[in-house]
Amino acid sequence: MSTGHLFVLGATHHTAPLAVRERLSLAAETAAGLQMELSALAGLREFVMLNTCNRVEFYGVAETAETVAHLEAAFCSRQQFDRTEFEKIRLTLRDRDALQHLFEVAAGLDSQMLGETEIFGQVKEAYAAAQAHRSAGAVLNRVFQKTFQAAKLVRTHTAITEGHVSVANVAVDLALNIFGGLADARILLLGAGDIGEKTAKAFQSRGASTLTVASRRFEHAMELAQTLGASALPFDQHESRLAEFDVVVGSTAAPDIVISHAAVSAAMRKRPARPLFLIDLALPRDIDPAVASLENVFLYNLDDLAKIAEENRVTREAEMAKCRALLSERADALWRHVQPQVAPARPAESSGAANSPAARPAR
Amino acid sequence: MSHALTDRQWLWFAAECYLVVFLIGTVALLRGRQHSTALTYGLMAVGYLCQFVGLYLRGTAVGGCPLGNNFEIVQFTAWSATTLYLLIGVTFRSSAFGYFTACLTAVLSFLSLAMPAWDATRRTGIFGGNPWIEFHAALALFSYGVFALLALTSLMFLLRNYSLKKKHVSGWFSFLPSIMDLDHIGVRLLSAGVFLMTASLAVGAVWWARDIAAVNTTKLLVTVAIWAAYGLTLTFRLRGRLFAGRFAWTCVVLFAAALLSIGPVNASRHTPAPAATLRLQP
Repeated sequence: MSTGHLFVLGATHHTAPLAVRERLSLAAETAAGLQMELSALAGLREFVMLNTCNRVEFYGVAETAETVAHLEAAFCSRQQFDRTEFEKIRLTLRDRDALQHLFEVAAGLDSQMLGETEIFGQVKEAYAAAQAHRSAGAVLNRVFQKTFQAAKLVRTHTAITEGHVSVANVAVDLALNIFGGLADARILLLGAGDIGEKTAKAFQSRGASTLTVASRRFEHAMELAQTLGASALPFDQHESRLAEFDVVVGSTAAPDIVISHAAVSAAMRKRPARPLFLIDLALPRDIDPAVASLENVFLYNLDDLAKIAEENRVTREAEMAKCRALLSERADALWRHVQPQVAPARPAESSGAANSPAARPAR
Repeated sequence: MSHALTDRQWLWFAAECYLVVFLIGTVALLRGRQHSTALTYGLMAVGYLCQFVGLYLRGTAVGGCPLGNNFEIVQFTAWSATTLYLLIGVTFRSSAFGYFTACLTAVLSFLSLAMPAWDATRRTGIFGGNPWIEFHAALALFSYGVFALLALTSLMFLLRNYSLKKKHVSGWFSFLPSIMDLDHIGVRLLSAGVFLMTASLAVGAVWWARDIAAVNTTKLLVTVAIWAAYGLTLTFRLRGRLFAGRFAWTCVVLFAAALLSIGPVNASRHTPAPAATLRLQP
């Protein structure tokens, strides 16, 4: 007898370390091949594949539990992943719990960086791909539409997305608190390392357009400047031209201070009414801490930024219960609505016939 | 309908509207959330209209711009501040400006309404039927409204500056406008206030020149001192000699001084003829 159920099967960052997730991650060609294979899988009425750096998940409507086992086997086989090992790390939920999980994933509650919004776009892309392959039917169409509504509701009515939780984005938020907008802000990046680059990109993503890179090795500065679409400045000029910049990001590996109190004082005499935001991401520090006492100068080091990021994370965590309660109500309501479609009373129907094109739900 | 209520009743309604905005903002603040800018703006607009009707009724009763006693002067200053808020408040992305304006106008309104002595005597025809003198007085008081908003934005600047310097940027501090936005609006408000006050003094000077004896020395000295202090502040700010925290503190202190001077200045004016004085019924 065919019972039918909604399911989620997969592995996430909660259960699988990065090295394992790398092996499970679906490349574009593999995903296309698997899509074809799953489309032909008997008993699998609908499915959506969600494949991100933190999770590989299959959402679907299956006729029997064996159907899900077949899906798991097909996936492990394609990824050349030991099935016994997969069973240890897999996430598997059914029916209403699967709905609740999908809601929480889309709302960013299940993300490594709590409350992040990128996952929302990734879920949308996964659903769009399923629609393109005609693997999402009446049930999943409704489920995903309601998922997007629920995720938006959570973002609007709770503080789950408030305040950034990464150091680079916290720095950008602070700059916005000082300058209002970044379109006219002139940014100097000292050092051509990874953390400086990430911070520079965060500034660019929020509207900064005038970026200058200075590094102790000029060729490194040139290289990074080219990557970022910025200009390069000889390192020995960074203090004398400090007054030209509004935001200075220090991220060099220099053993000593590279921006002195005297240099900042001199720069502020040239631009007294315009604030100067100094971000010191270096260890040992690049900027003399004494400059923090100067009027209109705002200095933040790595610890300051990390502390704010942590406060934001705690704020988001405090919103978790509220978010879950909101989503739970909606998951209950949705499950009551889709349950008859997921497990209709069809005693005469065989599992093979259910997967035939004629038996597929209208799209 | 409007004549069914007295001027003071309309002004009580206005004060209550401002208080509601302040209370809504405070509750939102305690809950760590930003309250609705549209709601703030709407309630402030309702308060403004009530205050407008109240002042209009008072103006009709006293036969001119209602600036005859401390009560009327403080009410007019609050009304001027609200006028400016409604004009420029929408340019602020956060509702913090509305919250601060509501706080100021509620305090000024309730304070004036709660002091019976301030409104014990209603003086009529204080401008002697001269529209230019009336215009001079209204302009001067309106510039006080501008300086009131300047004091508010300066206070917001000081809070934002403190939060950034002390690295307390989350919670309610996150709803404050940016340092640069507050600085820009502060300079504009100061320029507008100085311009209005200069225009007011210029209009007044023309009439005083015709009748020097009519000029009250205390009032003249205090007014010119306040005008000069604001003028110097603007000059120093534009020349880059006074900025950031010191500029903001100066604006706050100057407004406090201007506000405190209203009482003594008003008291020092010539006592009007008994025929032009209305005693309020208890």
